[in-house]
Amino acid sequence: MIEIKDLHKSYKVGKNSLHVLKGINFSVKEGELVSIMGSSGSGKSTLLNILGMLDEADQGSYNLDGVPIKNLNEKLAAQYRNKFLGFIFQSFNLINYKTALDNVALPLYYQGLPRGERMDRAMSYLEKVGLADWATHLPNELSGGQKQRVAIARALASHPKVLLADELTGALDTKTSYEIMDLVQQINDEGKTILVVTHEEDIAQMTKRIVNLKDGVIIDDKKVEPIRASAHV
Amino acid sequence: MFSLERWQEIFETISKNKLRTFLTGVSVASGIFILVVLLGIGEGMQNGVEIQFQRDAENKVSVTGGVTSLGYGGLNPGRDIQLVLDDFYTAVQTSDFDIEFQSPLYRVWSGLASNGSESGSYRLEGVHADYQFLEKASIINGRFINPLDQDLGTKNVVIGNRVKKDLFKEKDPIGEFITVSGVKFKVVGVYTDPGGERSEARIFMPLKTAQRIFGNGEDIRTISFTLPKVSDYDLALYQSQAFLKKIERQLRSKYNISPVDTSALYLSNNIESTKEIYTILSTMKLFFWGVGIATLFAGIIGVSNIMLIIVKERTKEIGIRKALGAVPMSIVGMVLHESIFVTALSGMFGLILGLLLLESVGPFIDTEFIVNPEVNFNVAVSTVIILIIAGAIAGFFPAWRGARIKPIDALRDE
Ligand SMILES: Nc1ncnc2c1ncn2[C@@H]1O[C@H](COP(=O)(O)OP(=O)(O)OP(=O)(O)O)[C@@H](O)[C@H]1O
Ligand SMILES: [Mg+2]
Repeated sequence: MIEIKDLHKSYKVGKNSLHVLKGINFSVKEGELVSIMGSSGSGKSTLLNILGMLDEADQGSYNLDGVPIKNLNEKLAAQYRNKFLGFIFQSFNLINYKTALDNVALPLYYQGLPRGERMDRAMSYLEKVGLADWATHLPNELSGGQKQRVAIARALASHPKVLLADELTGALDTKTSYEIMDLVQQINDEGKTILVVTHEEDIAQMTKRIVNLKDGVIIDDKKVEPIRASAHV
Repeated sequence: MFSLERWQEIFETISKNKLRTFLTGVSVASGIFILVVLLGIGEGMQNGVEIQFQRDAENKVSVTGGVTSLGYGGLNPGRDIQLVLDDFYTAVQTSDFDIEFQSPLYRVWSGLASNGSESGSYRLEGVHADYQFLEKASIINGRFINPLDQDLGTKNVVIGNRVKKDLFKEKDPIGEFITVSGVKFKVVGVYTDPGGERSEARIFMPLKTAQRIFGNGEDIRTISFTLPKVSDYDLALYQSQAFLKKIERQLRSKYNISPVDTSALYLSNNIESTKEIYTILSTMKLFFWGVGIATLFAGIIGVSNIMLIIVKERTKEIGIRKALGAVPMSIVGMVLHESIFVTALSGMFGLILGLLLLESVGPFIDTEFIVNPEVNFNVAVSTVIILIIAGAIAGFFPAWRGARIKPIDALRDE
């Protein structure tokens, strides 16, 4: 599903250049649930942003579902994001003047789906994350955990190939974090490929594979037996 | 670009961001409103000035006898110059130019007129048929003095609208008789005059009749003419001055008036003052256009400012939309579509409000300086369109910048 080879990325900071990713080789197969770990500043978010086509690598190749991701213009990048990817952010990134339902339906608007179909599909995903009763509420009327569920529903609604989550439990308490991870595991059980960036060991242990980043290179990549989050809820 | 889906999205955004929409709308609507009212007042003032100055035909020239201020040819100063009807005919016969309208005038400053118990004091003027056009009087009812009246010296009169209201109230005066200074006259017409109330408080009768009943032989007060209109102002001015000069020269020699005595003959040439009116009007036009353009400019700056703030405020939202698959053009389209819709709607609202105000208050404005304040509808609509286009252009750059911003940078924006 994801194939990256010898990926490099530097940031310009003033006159200096900060080499953040120093040759990443990494692949993810369909149906995997992978966590990317590492200390702060190790380049986890940078990697995820490149995978999410929100940022571009300086060097190296990236294949997503057999499509080479190279020299994309803004328009094509947006269309690929819409078609292939679902994002879940630490800070939820819901549009604050739209209801939960409208937020979930937004990526479908950019897919060009007719309104009726958008609303039906958005509603079914809100049901899936257990928030059908909250459909008409605005984000600021929801708890952190509920907001993240809406964000997950939104990421799923466009039927992406891969879900990319950056610190999706970073703003939540432990109990809520486990509830969210339970949902993530269920989605993975249904076959969705998911990448999770985290620096929390317990969250990583709930995935099937842990990739460790340090100073811009992968120092460790191992399969683990996931702990079921439902056992802790 | 303007699909139904987009409209739904825009309506949703607008209805969820009422304050923002309201503020944009109010600033646009009030700008247009002020502009419309301003242009209306400007137009009204122009109308007022035009009426103030153009009471008579704009190409009328006339000569009136005065009093000499200098001794000349052995005669003392302080001598009355009394014109006679012959002076009028001499002027006509010796003219180097074709004459359009011509009439002598004999005036009685005040005459008591009555109809039954109603009475009033009015100016009496004995004239020829052409005088109607020299005075720009228009007939409301009946007819003006005609050549036959003149030849026969009939006791027919044409009364001003003021006189009609005083003496006849709502009744039809045509064919009725009024008594003027003890003599019975038949009313044959009612006229209105752009000069207003004062000009409508007059009673016209045939010159011959006026001379016979109120006058002294062949005496007349004024002779008036117009030359046919020519489109070139300078030519018209030259012709009228040459024409007037010739009459003046003849009269000066006939009545032994010093060539430098300026009070013995009152010469008036409306074409000369027309120049002044046009200068005043064009200055006023320039002023109101200046103020109007300044207002429009302020409106454009206001709209651009709001657009800039809106895009800035929506940076994060734009980032989210882009992450979810919005292409750059759809962001530009979204911002522009919303701004054009809001400016157009509120612009039209301001326009209608301004027009309604002018329409409802305009007729009740009771001053000589503002008459019939109106706005050329095309001008008003053009201003709204200009504002919309300007708003769109002003909105385009922030929208474009918003669309160009990288999604990760936009998402980082707090
Ligand atoms: N836009 C940027 N411009 C300059 N430097 C950047 C930029 N984004 C990230 N960096 C730098 O790159 C390095 C890696 O950042 P990154 O966000 O990938 O770290 P991370 O592993 O996600 O850390 P954390 O766990 O704190 O989120 C950091 O040193 C950071 O300061
Ligand atoms: Mg990070």
